[in-house]
Amino acid sequence: MFRTALRNVLAHKARLLMTVLAVMLGVAFVSGTLVFTNSLSAALQKQSAKGFDHVDVAITPEWREAEGGRTGEYYELTRELVDDSAAVPGAAQAIGTVQGFTAIAGKDGKLLGNGFQSQGGNYWGAKDPRYPLVSGVAPKNEGEILIDSETAKRAGYKVGDTVRMSVDGPVLEPEITGIFTTDDGNVAAGGSLTLFDTASAQKLFGKAGVFDEIAVKAKDGVSDTALRAQLEKALPSDAVETTTGTKLADDQSRAIASSMSGLKQGLLVFAGISLFVGTFIIANTFTMLVAQRTKELALMRAVGASRRQVTRSVLIEAFAVGTVAAVAGLVAGVGIGVGLRSLMGTLDAPMPDGPLVISPGTIASAFAVGILVTMLAAWLPGRRAARIPPVAAMSALHAQATTKSLVLRNTLGSLFSGAGVAVVLAATAMDGTDGQVPMGLGAVLLIIGVFVLTPLLSRPLIAAAAPVLRVFGVSGKLARQNSVRNPRRTAATASALMIGLTLITGMTVMAGSLQKSIDKMAASAIEADYMVSMANRHPLSPDVEKKLKQADGVTATSPMRNAYGLVDGEEAYMTGVNGATIGELTEFPVVQGAFEVGGTRIVVDEDTAKSHGWKAGSDVTITYEDDEKQRLTIAGVYQANELVSGVLIDTATLDPHESEAAGSGPADMMVMVKTADGTSDAAKEALEKTLGTNPAIKVQDKQDLSNEIAKMFTLILNMVYGLLAMAVIVAVLGVVNTLAMSVFERSQEIGMLRAIGLDRKGIKRMVRLESLVISLFGAVLGLGLGVFFGWAAGELVGSRMATYELVLPWARMGIFLLLAAVVGVLAALWPARRAARLNMLQAIKAE
Amino acid sequence: MTTAPTADRTTTVAARATELSKIYGQGETQVVALDRVSVGFRQAEFTAIMGPSGSGKSTLMHCVAGLDTFSSGSVRIGETELGSLKDKQLTRLRRDKIGFIFQAFNLLPTLTALENITLPMDIAGREPDKQWLDTVIRMVGLADRLSHRPSQLSGGQQQRVAVARALASRPDIIFGDEPTGNLDSRAGAEVLGFLRNSVRELGQTVVMVTHDPVAAAYADRVIFLADGRIVDEMDGPTADSVLDRMKRFDAQGRTS
Repeated sequence: MFRTALRNVLAHKARLLMTVLAVMLGVAFVSGTLVFTNSLSAALQKQSAKGFDHVDVAITPEWREAEGGRTGEYYELTRELVDDSAAVPGAAQAIGTVQGFTAIAGKDGKLLGNGFQSQGGNYWGAKDPRYPLVSGVAPKNEGEILIDSETAKRAGYKVGDTVRMSVDGPVLEPEITGIFTTDDGNVAAGGSLTLFDTASAQKLFGKAGVFDEIAVKAKDGVSDTALRAQLEKALPSDAVETTTGTKLADDQSRAIASSMSGLKQGLLVFAGISLFVGTFIIANTFTMLVAQRTKELALMRAVGASRRQVTRSVLIEAFAVGTVAAVAGLVAGVGIGVGLRSLMGTLDAPMPDGPLVISPGTIASAFAVGILVTMLAAWLPGRRAARIPPVAAMSALHAQATTKSLVLRNTLGSLFSGAGVAVVLAATAMDGTDGQVPMGLGAVLLIIGVFVLTPLLSRPLIAAAAPVLRVFGVSGKLARQNSVRNPRRTAATASALMIGLTLITGMTVMAGSLQKSIDKMAASAIEADYMVSMANRHPLSPDVEKKLKQADGVTATSPMRNAYGLVDGEEAYMTGVNGATIGELTEFPVVQGAFEVGGTRIVVDEDTAKSHGWKAGSDVTITYEDDEKQRLTIAGVYQANELVSGVLIDTATLDPHESEAAGSGPADMMVMVKTADGTSDAAKEALEKTLGTNPAIKVQDKQDLSNEIAKMFTLILNMVYGLLAMAVIVAVLGVVNTLAMSVFERSQEIGMLRAIGLDRKGIKRMVRLESLVISLFGAVLGLGLGVFFGWAAGELVGSRMATYELVLPWARMGIFLLLAAVVGVLAALWPARRAARLNMLQAIKAE
Repeated sequence: MTTAPTADRTTTVAARATELSKIYGQGETQVVALDRVSVGFRQAEFTAIMGPSGSGKSTLMHCVAGLDTFSSGSVRIGETELGSLKDKQLTRLRRDKIGFIFQAFNLLPTLTALENITLPMDIAGREPDKQWLDTVIRMVGLADRLSHRPSQLSGGQQQRVAVARALASRPDIIFGDEPTGNLDSRAGAEVLGFLRNSVRELGQTVVMVTHDPVAAAYADRVIFLADGRIVDEMDGPTADSVLDRMKRFDAQGRTS
């Protein structure tokens, strides 16, 4: 039996090709994901371990709870503590470190990097072991800095250059006195690191005389636990926490592993989708192989093979195919792993170096996935093979299309689809989070239902295309009839494409609608021309607003200041705004009362008001940060947007209660600016100049904001497209496969058509149109389901977003449909050629 | 040179092969399937081509019908020389001038009987001649079966559809490749009767390859092939006379 099975595989090499390719792609995706994430993880681990080379014990300040429900603060790590740490017998050296956001500009004056990875720190003493200098000398005062070698290379800076940079307020123009190398993960990931002398760093980061952390290095022969014990004894235990470098490295590597596993799982989901789509092709191929071999299999049964042996022979074939595909997929997967790494390298995310990791687990999963998926998909056809009666060996029938009734199938499909639609609809009526699970469940049910129903749907949908096909004369007519000839096969082929397109369309609808609504939210009620904020979204220095207020052409400004406090004893999100100008800068729809901020009058957004039971005219008690209480009146209730929500209170009311001494000065997250001339490049430039062309500060108009949102969505959407492309490619292989099968099975007919006068072009057109019909059928189903899911998911999200509105991306959907058509034509290239090249005489005679 | 007595009579010739040779392979493995065959098929005549297996009878038909290429010589259908035609022109010639009937019926299972009959006209994008179509359909007795699919028809009925398909486009000549090979004797007789009637009553030209002497007896003339050559010809054949002639081949085959 084993030998016959293997012979069969070899005999049907060409026909199994697409199956192997489909499985291979899925396996390649899986193993590529594993290779990539394992290698990346290993490289990051190695790097993070290196990063802790200079830390045997890290000392961090303890959190000190404040009394009276107010926010607490950290103990201060002073120079004294550093010296005490260095003085313990086991310590070789103790370094106090400070760090913070440091924006550094390129030669064009624009911020280097994306803002979040722009870091600054201190260079310890004359020779800091953490940062070996490549060139130059250590910085001595505020006018001198060091920059990392990667950034220097990227921006083209060298020792002696002056750089524009900023920490929070003013722009500084220090000189680069040296360039250092570092293993810092942030730098490896494309960020920048700027180092100051310790005193300047502490001053710039607003932590005069204080350190964030003390890194203690042990003497040779002293273990980090021993050192830690010594330090615990020497330092005030309620003020500091000590952690060994080993533990830090372990924690870090655990963090890396867990962030990697998220990425890995995400990628594997998409690999799973490809594999799932691949099963359709496998099942199709084996169904056909079994049908073609009916006589042969019946003969085996006639000469005494048991049913189980017949099934087994099919499964052995599947096993062989799966193994070949797994090996090929593994090899391709390693290639994908390498490719992904270099791809990330060329994008804005350089990858740390490291060896390629191909773990035994990766190899095992490649084989398990390849073989199991193939055998599972071949199981049903195998069962069907076993049911062939021995007497079939005697009949002259061959390759009869299954004419088994579809009644059961249609009933089941209708039940599933109906239940799916019902559950999804029910879910849309639910509240955001509650509805997620039922919605997912309903979606799965509906997809299964539609998949089961595709044979039934194929007839009316394809019949609808008849008027178009009629243009192509007899080729079109034959193509239409051929495509519904084996509804199950057509259905499986189209379903493969449907799944990919459902997901793609659903994502597109969702993303488009969300983008639009966020856009609308952010921009709708904003009358300001410009929004000024820090590149890393940290608070702006209060100077910024003052400067902007005095700038030429500026008519109104208001900060958006985060304020902490309690409203009626409960924590509430408060934003300090300039009560005098906020009315000019925003135009929120007012639900109740009046939009009036100033003195003791505040406004509250609708949701907050509702949840607290406040109305316009209600009086509330605010507890400020300095524990003082004040009675305020809610003047109005407004409709919030993405940018502004919560309690709006006048900064003048807040000011007396905020001070540097309390640990947090005014935290202006953003400043809104209105200019006399509205938005223009010149106005923007003028504002930027007012702020000293500070690389740390972003000046954005509404369009910039909107572009930023769009960019984010485009990025996510493109990633999803890229990942789903694999599933679509597998589906295309399925179309090729089905057409090749059709051509093969119908070679006699094609030969006859050629004989009675259909030319090669006509034959090609017939195959191409059949392919087109199948592809478009799958695409239409996918688009329909995708829009439905997109709408349903939007309803769910929309319950939490006031401005949510369904946006149907007609243009995109048109493109998808067009792409499906292109896919259809491309998939038909080879089968159509084969059909046209068929030797007429052999085809007619072949039986 | 084997010049069988196929001289032109008074009637016109629908198709003619002159010095037609078909050679497969080269050198040692060379097989001569047709060896300088010259033959004419007269209009409104029913010709049967007979001969033992491997005699080249099917190859001759394929070459004359424009289904296969030949090595040398010439083939004319009406006034058209086939040797110089490209695939596309050859296809068009088959479509417009030639009808086919195959042993395995070769109907399209997705089309109804009527659609199968009009298929050649559909391919050509021509409207079938309604009156002629009715005549043909009435002749083969399929009037009440037109909306059936091939799978709902018996073998004999399917072949009658095939005959109607060949006749419907009024080709210059119809070629049949063992048209009764898959039929029982009664159904076969029916089909042959239709073919003969089409010649007698409608003036159709029919050329049929067969190995069945009974089938050959329906023809006006039988051409005998052996080893790629025409070895004999018989006018007004009967089953017995054809059988006798065929037996001589067997005897030759055994003695040679």
